[in-house]
Amino acid sequence: MPNATFRIWRGDSEGGEFKDYRTEYSEGMVVLDVVHKIQAEQANDLAVRWNCKAGKCGSCSAEVNGQPQLMCMTRMNTLPVERPVTVEPMQAFPVERDLVTDVSVNYEIKKRIKPFTPRPPDREDGTWTMHQSDVERSQEFRKCIECFLCQDVCHVDRDHHYHLDGKFIGPRFFVHAAYLDMHPADEADRLEELKDRDGIGYCNITKCCTVVCPEHITITDNAIIPLKERVADRYYDPLTRVLRVIGVGR
Amino acid sequence: MARTLATVSAHPAVSRRPFLQTARIDRWWSKPLAVFLGLSAFIVYSTWAALQNAHFEFGGYLSPMYSPLIFGDSHHAVLGSLPGWWPGWLPFYPAFLILWAPGGFRFTCYYYRGAYYKSHWASPASCGVGKAQKRYRGEHSFPLIFQNVHRWFLYFALAFLVILSIDVYRGMWFGPSHDEFGIGVGTLVLAVNVVLLSGYTFGCHSLRHLIGGKFNVLSKRPGRLKAWQGVTWCNTRHQLFAWLSLFWVGFTDFYVRMCAMEVWTDLRII
Ligand code: SF4
Ligand code: SF4
Ligand code: FES
Ligand code: FES
Repeated sequence: MPNATFRIWRGDSEGGEFKDYRTEYSEGMVVLDVVHKIQAEQANDLAVRWNCKAGKCGSCSAEVNGQPQLMCMTRMNTLPVERPVTVEPMQAFPVERDLVTDVSVNYEIKKRIKPFTPRPPDREDGTWTMHQSDVERSQEFRKCIECFLCQDVCHVDRDHHYHLDGKFIGPRFFVHAAYLDMHPADEADRLEELKDRDGIGYCNITKCCTVVCPEHITITDNAIIPLKERVADRYYDPLTRVLRVIGVGR
Repeated sequence: MARTLATVSAHPAVSRRPFLQTARIDRWWSKPLAVFLGLSAFIVYSTWAALQNAHFEFGGYLSPMYSPLIFGDSHHAVLGSLPGWWPGWLPFYPAFLILWAPGGFRFTCYYYRGAYYKSHWASPASCGVGKAQKRYRGEHSFPLIFQNVHRWFLYFALAFLVILSIDVYRGMWFGPSHDEFGIGVGTLVLAVNVVLLSGYTFGCHSLRHLIGGKFNVLSKRPGRLKAWQGVTWCNTRHQLFAWLSLFWVGFTDFYVRMCAMEVWTDLRII
């Protein structure tokens, strides 16, 4: 069986360091398997969060060789093993221990976003009619597994910590806001919050979030930019403003 | 217990990597470097070409960097020769009278913004790579909030597609009085330019919004739905068209220039 050195960050909120673990691995293993092997054989106290091992629960997010990734979806044969494989916790969130971070800020952010606010039902039995072509755009955003890798890689969070300061909701929640805002049955208005409180202007469309998303959601092009355009429509475009005042256009 | 935002933000265990530091081991710098070189080369070439003030037309061909030619001693000039009221001390560069429009369109384009924020401003240099900037305003406030004028440049860019299409038509007329129909390699070069610029312009995010994206229900607006789907097709290839059209605009100018300088011979196909 081939060997690899795993350089894993060990520590807690007080600080920590990388420790090297040399181990055998077999073909077809993913990074999470190797981390579990190290945990079983060499470091019983290594903290790592996981659940499904199928890329669907979003628990095992970490940074493998500097790339925010799901450990359970990162195959060993995609990594060069001539050099140590670094595995570290997500940088944008407070470390709890080893590879485990405290992502609870995301749950706080989500509570701030106006929830789904449907129009009154179309029929007496309380149901709505929606056309597939209209729900399609929102459906892409439903694929999100809340792994928060996009939040981790976004420089506004990662380098400036604006998500922790409450100034920026981050790509995951622009996806959420876009899901609600583009929903054909939703009636709530979220544009003012997006512009001011949620800080959509801080996104500089560098698309790092789109690149890391394990669900391949086109975060920047399909969620963030359309929201930026909706905000521009209302607040930054003099012509549409005038048209609205005289009653033409939306 | 759930942490509140305040206690989390005060958490000491959130790190930050210094400028250009990363644990990435791939060549993360190669793409921003390529963008840096590509964009910078285009800016240098187009500025140089605009300053030349010569060799921008050849028979029926007009360089896209000089189109529309507002004033000039040329049959391409829309308003004829430079008027007498033009102050003598003010040098006249016809390209600069129009280049602000396509230039502004590209500068405020969502794709280019994302690209040059990385390549030219290192904000960030690449994904997951440490930043130099300690304070960050992004497009949230002055000055970059003005990027929102993009849709206004879009309106001009759409007009330029019409103008450049007329140039293709004019590039089909040869002979001393431009009344002899034909197609030369230059005509094709001008035509490809319009095709690529259309691919780029029709993939614009602002257009995607205005044409249908702003509505949540498009099923009741079948015309808009079709248009939105068409724009979306181009939009998913926006980066590709951005580069192809950028290169081809430069090449078209270069082609006309080479013909006008009699370095290259324009072949007639028909
Ligand atoms: S595109 Fe915007 S939200 Fe996504 S990583 Fe870049 S700055 Fe962050
Ligand atoms: S949008 Fe993608 S990267 Fe972000 S939390 Fe959802 S699944 Fe993860
Ligand atoms: S363990 Fe569920 S996504 Fe990796
Ligand atoms: S977004 Fe690129 S041209 Fe409008």
